[in-house]
This record gives sequence, C-alpha cells and structure tokens, in this order.
Amino acid sequence: MTHHDIVIIGGGPAGLSAAAAARKAGIQDILILERDGVLGGILNQCIHNGFGLHTFKEELTGPEYASRYIAMVEEEKIPYKLNTIVVDINRGREVTYINKEEGLVTIQAGAVILAMGCRERPRGALNTPGYRPAGIYSAGTAQRLMNIEGYCVGKEVVILGSGDIGLIMARRMTLEGAKVKVVAELMPYSGGLKRNIVQCLDDYGIPLKLSHTIINIEGKERLTGITLAEVDANRNPIPGTEEHYSCDTLLLSVGLIPENELSKGAGVSMNRVTSGPNVDDCLETEAEGIYACGNVLHVHDLVDFVSQEAALAGENAATYVKEGKKKENAHKVPLLAENGVRYTVPQVLNVDTMKDSVTVRFRVADVYKDRYIAIYYDDKLISRKKKKVLAPGEMEQVVLKKSSFEGYPEIKQIKICTEVE
Amino acid sequence: METRNLICIGCPLGCPVTVTIDGDDINVTGNTCPRGADYAKKEVLSPTRIVTSSIRVNNGVIARVSVKTKSDIPKSKIFDVMKEIQAVRADAPVALGQVLIKDCAGTGVEIIATKSVNRL
Repeated sequence: MTHHDIVIIGGGPAGLSAAAAARKAGIQDILILERDGVLGGILNQCIHNGFGLHTFKEELTGPEYASRYIAMVEEEKIPYKLNTIVVDINRGREVTYINKEEGLVTIQAGAVILAMGCRERPRGALNTPGYRPAGIYSAGTAQRLMNIEGYCVGKEVVILGSGDIGLIMARRMTLEGAKVKVVAELMPYSGGLKRNIVQCLDDYGIPLKLSHTIINIEGKERLTGITLAEVDANRNPIPGTEEHYSCDTLLLSVGLIPENELSKGAGVSMNRVTSGPNVDDCLETEAEGIYACGNVLHVHDLVDFVSQEAALAGENAATYVKEGKKKENAHKVPLLAENGVRYTVPQVLNVDTMKDSVTVRFRVADVYKDRYIAIYYDDKLISRKKKKVLAPGEMEQVVLKKSSFEGYPEIKQIKICTEVE
Repeated sequence: METRNLICIGCPLGCPVTVTIDGDDINVTGNTCPRGADYAKKEVLSPTRIVTSSIRVNNGVIARVSVKTKSDIPKSKIFDVMKEIQAVRADAPVALGQVLIKDCAGTGVEIIATKSVNRL
C-alpha cells in the first residue's frame, strides 16, 4: 500500500490552505484528493466580491481568492488528484479513493485532514406541501448553473431563506434581468450577513419578509406560483395572512450541512449542533491523526476564517507526522456552550500542550442586543466583553491565552456563555 | 437637516451608522473605525459599487468566465454596465486579469476576468 505523510480530502479553500501550511511546516509528502475537475471548490462559482479582506487586505472575488491558494499549491508542487472521489476512510487512516485512471485504490496516510466542505439543505428537508414541478433549485445549484454552465435559471423568482447564497443569488438574478419578487425568511431575523442584505436586497428594492414561509407550491410541469404566509412565534402559519406570488423559479437558501459521511465512516465522534466532528485545540478529531477544518467542521460565513482554521489543521497535522502521538492522560478540558451560545469549536482544550493562544469560534442562538460574552474557568469569571449586537448569522470568537491558565492547574471545564448585564 | 440610517459594508462587521446631513456639514455616528465614516459619507454623496458578473466564452472548457469592474462604478450605472457585459463574447483562452471591455458604459472602468478559462 502506498504511504503519504498527509492526505487531504478536498481541494477547496480549506484543503488548499491546509496543504500550503503543512508544506510550510516541513512536510514534503502531501496528497490532495479532489472530486471536481478543478481545484478551488465552491469559490469557483462564487463570482461576487468580498472575499479576502482579512487574509489579503483587499476585496477579491471567489475565483480570485481561490487562485491565490491554487498558486501557492502549484508553486510548492504539492501533488493533487482531480476527478477523484474518496469512498472510505477508516480509523487506521487508510483512505480509499476511486478515479478513471487508477480505479479503486487504498493508500495509507500518516495524517488525514478532512476538508470536504458542506452541502445545501434540500427541499425534502422542509416538508413544504405542494407539487414537485421543475424550477425549484437550491440557491447554490442555481449559482453553478448560471455562473459556470451559463444557463438562464428563471425569469420570475421567489427565494425562500435568507442565507448568504440566497441573498447573493437575488442580486445576481436581478442583474441578469430576472424579477426577484420576494425573499421570505421563516425566522424573525435574517440568516445572512448584514452587508449582503444591504448590497443584494436593499440596493435593488427586493423585499425581505421575515417570519414568513411557503405553504403551497403550484405547477405540474414547471413551477407557476407559490403561497406565502406569515408565521407565529411557534413558526406555524397564521390563517388569513396568505399571499400568492406567480413565479417560474423558487430558490432555496435554507441552510448548509457539513458533509461528513466519510468522517462518520472513520468512526469519529460527531457534534449534534455543528453536524461536524468534535475536535480539540489542534483541530484533531477524537480519532488519532485525523484532523478537520473548514465547512466540514462547522459552517463558516467568511472564507478567510476557513483558510485560517485550515492552516492551523495543516500545521498541527505536520507536527503529528513529525513528532507522533500526544502523551497519554493529557489534561483535556471540555469547552461548554451555555446560555445563548450554541456550540464552540474546538470542543476540547489540551491545556498542557495548547499554543500561546487558541481561537474559539462559536455561534449564538438568537439575535441579542447589548449582551456580554463571558468566559468561566470552572466557576470563576475570567473575562466579560460587551457586544452591541450578536446574531446567529454571524460567527463570533474569543481567544484563550495559555498564560490565563496559570493558577488553574486543576481546571475541569471552560464555559462560554452570554449574559444580560 | 436630513438623517439617514445605513449599515456600513466596509467589512463583514456591518456596523449600523447614522448620517446627519446639514447642508455641506455631514456628521457620521455609530461607526467603529474610520472606514465607516468614509463609507457613510460616500454612500450619501456618491454611492458606488463593484459589479461582478460573467461573460460567455467561445470554445472554453466552461461556458462562462467570471468578471468584475476593475474599480467601483457609480451605483446609478450598474444596469448600463450589465447591458454591455451581456452583449460581449470572449474567446478562450481567457487569462485571470485579462481586460475584456476597455471602457464599460462610459464609466472609464475596465471589465476584467476574475478567473482563467482554458481552450476546449
């Protein structure tokens, strides 16, 4: 069986950044496995700008951002296989892939980095009543059809869900001459970034209806219209609020789900909130030598943070390859998300071996104004920072310093929560 | 005196800013960095946008090449710019950064490719 020091599953933003970082950390034998015919992943179809403000201090489009990382991988001559789909990973880090040239191949990896990204929540997950005509797309599918394959997706459009891809597609379709009639969001707040609401909806006078959902879909061959209704606090439609919209296209932008079939196959423990693996501060899953980063770990808003996170996974995988297993019975401290904080990544901190600082990313459960983000080591308040606005659509972060653990040798848990006054 | 509430789009934070316009006197509050003040002033005086779209490619490995305005253009010119972008065809190969329209819709701004597309 062929051996590679680090095998990276996925050649999107996470996989590319992890590869570049692992090489920088001195690992020569790296292999990226990508199922598409090109590197770059979802960035290839995200032709809008706004990428890279943190990483490159300039505003790039998705393909431009991808090209910077592809250039790093090419310059470093890091090997990759395209049109290659991984079908299995096991706990012993044997990776089985399939492609046209080699057929079915199993290789042994010193370390594996999971960087498979996420996929869109489909109509089937929504239980929306009505017919199943043509003209209903997930927003990302419509984005690919329009931006890469060059199809006109539709002319009269309704968008369900206010996720970022839905907002971006509202503008994109408007620019291409379609009439986007309304964006409906089930929740009382938008799931997308504020800047996208300003630039994609407000600029073009597209109404955003919060606390609304689709209660009927019409049309037998092609979609002909939908019925929208307002929902109450329990998200049940309110009788008498129905509105009919004629349309030939419905885009769904109703959430992203990390794509973890392979991770589950490898037997790593999964987090019920993120739908990604549980990881420690090295981004190592609880299966030794298997790391995770990017949208397969938890869904991000900004690719810049994906790149940062993936670079960390790449560095840590490199350290693992060079130095081997972490010591047994290390001091592992769980991070608890409470009172308005839905989850944290990482979920576990190795206090003894952690770097000088560890960034903990999380999302809140609801829109909060003038709340504090508090950190507790056991029952002791360590820091409390006021935030004007917190929203589920915008990922938050706190930084834990290694020095802050001096004086807490017996710490059992770290709690991150929101607090009112 | 006129007051406008805007959301700064200078970065992903999206700070809510308030602009009060009193003749030539423009006052910005709510911003958390200098870019917020710059954005708000520009947004009330002469709003501009980067436009991103795609252009059909002849003989390319993919059907369209993604493009953008090289710098921002007046917001009022967005649809004029789109009209020209839609009318143009590019021939593969197209290189990243290649100029596909020189002066788009009289804005003086170039339309450039944001990815490369190889010939089929």
